Amino acid sequence: MSALLEVSGVSKSFDGFKAINNLNFSIGEAELRAVIGPNGAGKTTFMDIVTGKTRPDEGRVIWGEKSRSLLKMSESRIAQEGIGRKFQRPTIFEDQSVADNLMLALRKDRNPLKVLFFTPSEADHNRVATLAGDVGLADSLDRKAGELSHGQKQWLEIGMLLAQEPKLLLVDEPAAGMTPAEREHTTDLLVEAAKTRAVVVVEHDMEFVRRLNCRVTVLHEGSVLAEGSIDHVTSDEKVIEVYLGR
Amino acid sequence: MPKDATSSFGEKYLGGSGGLAPQSVGAKGVETTFIAKHPSVLIFLACLAVFTIGVTILAEGFGIGVISTSFVKTLGKTLCLCLVALAMDLVWGYCGILSLGHMAFFGIGGYAIGMWLMYARTELIVLSSLANAPLPPTPDEITNGIATQIFGVVGASEFPPIWAFAHSLSLQLAAVVIVPGLLALVFGWLAFRSRVTGVYLSILTQAMTLALALYLFQNDSGLRGNNGLSGLQNLPGLDDVPQSAVSLWFFWASALALGAGYLVCTWVVSGKFGSVIRAIRDDEARVRFLGYSVETYKLFIFTLTAILAAIAGALYYPQAGIINPAEIAPIASIYLAVWVAIGGRGRLYGAVIGAAFVSLLSTWFTGGQAPDINIAGVTIQWVDWWTVLLGLSFVFVTLFAPKGIGGLFDLIPRRKGETS
Ligand SMILES: Nc1ncnc2c1ncn2[C@@H]1O[C@H](COP(=O)(O)OP(=O)(O)O)[C@@H](O)[C@H]1O
Ligand SMILES: [Mg+2]
Repeated sequence: MSALLEVSGVSKSFDGFKAINNLNFSIGEAELRAVIGPNGAGKTTFMDIVTGKTRPDEGRVIWGEKSRSLLKMSESRIAQEGIGRKFQRPTIFEDQSVADNLMLALRKDRNPLKVLFFTPSEADHNRVATLAGDVGLADSLDRKAGELSHGQKQWLEIGMLLAQEPKLLLVDEPAAGMTPAEREHTTDLLVEAAKTRAVVVVEHDMEFVRRLNCRVTVLHEGSVLAEGSIDHVTSDEKVIEVYLGR
Repeated sequence: MPKDATSSFGEKYLGGSGGLAPQSVGAKGVETTFIAKHPSVLIFLACLAVFTIGVTILAEGFGIGVISTSFVKTLGKTLCLCLVALAMDLVWGYCGILSLGHMAFFGIGGYAIGMWLMYARTELIVLSSLANAPLPPTPDEITNGIATQIFGVVGASEFPPIWAFAHSLSLQLAAVVIVPGLLALVFGWLAFRSRVTGVYLSILTQAMTLALALYLFQNDSGLRGNNGLSGLQNLPGLDDVPQSAVSLWFFWASALALGAGYLVCTWVVSGKFGSVIRAIRDDEARVRFLGYSVETYKLFIFTLTAILAAIAGALYYPQAGIINPAEIAPIASIYLAVWVAIGGRGRLYGAVIGAAFVSLLSTWFTGGQAPDINIAGVTIQWVDWWTVLLGLSFVFVTLFAPKGIGGLFDLIPRRKGETS
């Protein structure tokens, strides 16, 4: 299986503190992967590096069939390459309507002049409505995103991610602050999305990860501690010691 | 999240039944025209037209003469200030870039047109004075004559290189757009590329306008130092046309520019582009991860608004008659931000109202027309106290009425589905 994303030997220090330490990670084209690890393990920093927000001190991040390095690309360029990201806190544009938020994310030319002369076609409106329906916001299209509940905001952001049609989806703690019912649907959604693209889910909650039923990577102090099925990693002694044992 | 909504989304997604899109949303807004979608544009243009016609009828030039020529000029200048306020609202209110340097572009527009006005008029004067000479004057003599006339005050008698195109109206008109556009492009590229944002960007823009003003204050800047350019109200070759008529021409041109500027700005802030720049204002990092090159969008808006400001300046200074470096002192750009804040940023008509209201009030107070107030033996002279009042209003608006005067319009009930 050819890797879609390959991270090798990546390190990153903040003021001498090694947040990421010789990290190796790779994921295939249609794969669901859970990344777990205690607080401060470097999970978010890992996503920052892949999406171009943080530049690593050393190592390589190789992307796609053409094996291009992501390290020299800007955040927007990386997003255009097909990497979508959901943040830990819901980050949507609260001042704009749900429909506008989705329209903004819709996979289209991002060139300013193209955007200036862009008029949404009926197909675009339909696509937005479909996406809103997918994340349970069909009735809220004209509402301001800021008026939504916390869970709905998380949904909207997931909807925006799907609208981008990324090849790789990085999702940072999607279930935070959700009710059990909402969590269940998040799981369904991510599993479904991973059928056609690669999805990396960072999660704290072991039950949630178990339900994803996928390969798990355990991060600890900025590097991979264990990798394999959920049963494999939960029986690993090192993992039990640093993570599950607490 | 409503129970039924949560349960439906998973099914729809999993089932892939995309065809279940709600009917009401499908074709919405696709066929409606620009004006119908933005009724406030029509209202604004109608108000502007009524105002323009009203002033024309009441003015001395072609009407009944109730309004003095100097007041027509004040109103015309006010329209130009409204136009630069529109630019400020676009860059700050919509895109979140608090530029405190846009009056520099306004000033450059004024200088660019002022150079032609001064050159062409001085040329006519020199030609007529040399007409009586026994020998016809050589081109060199003419040029030297013009240069001596213009630069005598700063002790020079030769044209500096930046006056190379001053003889040509069309080239100087091009300069009105190109010079500020290029300056904004280069400045913006350097600033945005380094991700300078927030208060640091504001300080940088203040530094830009300060540096420009200080440079122009020098006698050897090539633009007559602190004397600036003067006599700009006199159109070359049109000495026979009374100022009462000229003032109306500029008034009309200013109204036209403001109307056109309003249309352009409305077009830019509506639709998806407007959505992107408002998103940049609210969370630019997030916009990057959606794949938009934030820096390019900012640069576009910064440059576009610089050009708008320059056009406003090019119409303003022929009505003011004089431009000097004090006009682009840092405080001028701060006032511009204050107007927009008081009028209500993030809505275009708010910027226009703010600029018109505050600048006219300022004219009234500082023009000595406001009666002095005597409080407990202390005489409040408005010429001095007006800035204090303005400062207090700014603080008040910022703290208690962030929507500004424009926010009053939110109290009017709207028909559903209208957007402004
Ligand atoms: N920008 C930063 N500056 C300094 N330290 C940081 C920065 N980002 C992350 N860190 C540190 O790096 C470590 C890993 O953080 P993070 O990736 O957020 O962990 P996780 O998401 O696994 O909880 C933490 O100790 C955090 O304090
Ligand atoms: Mg984290």
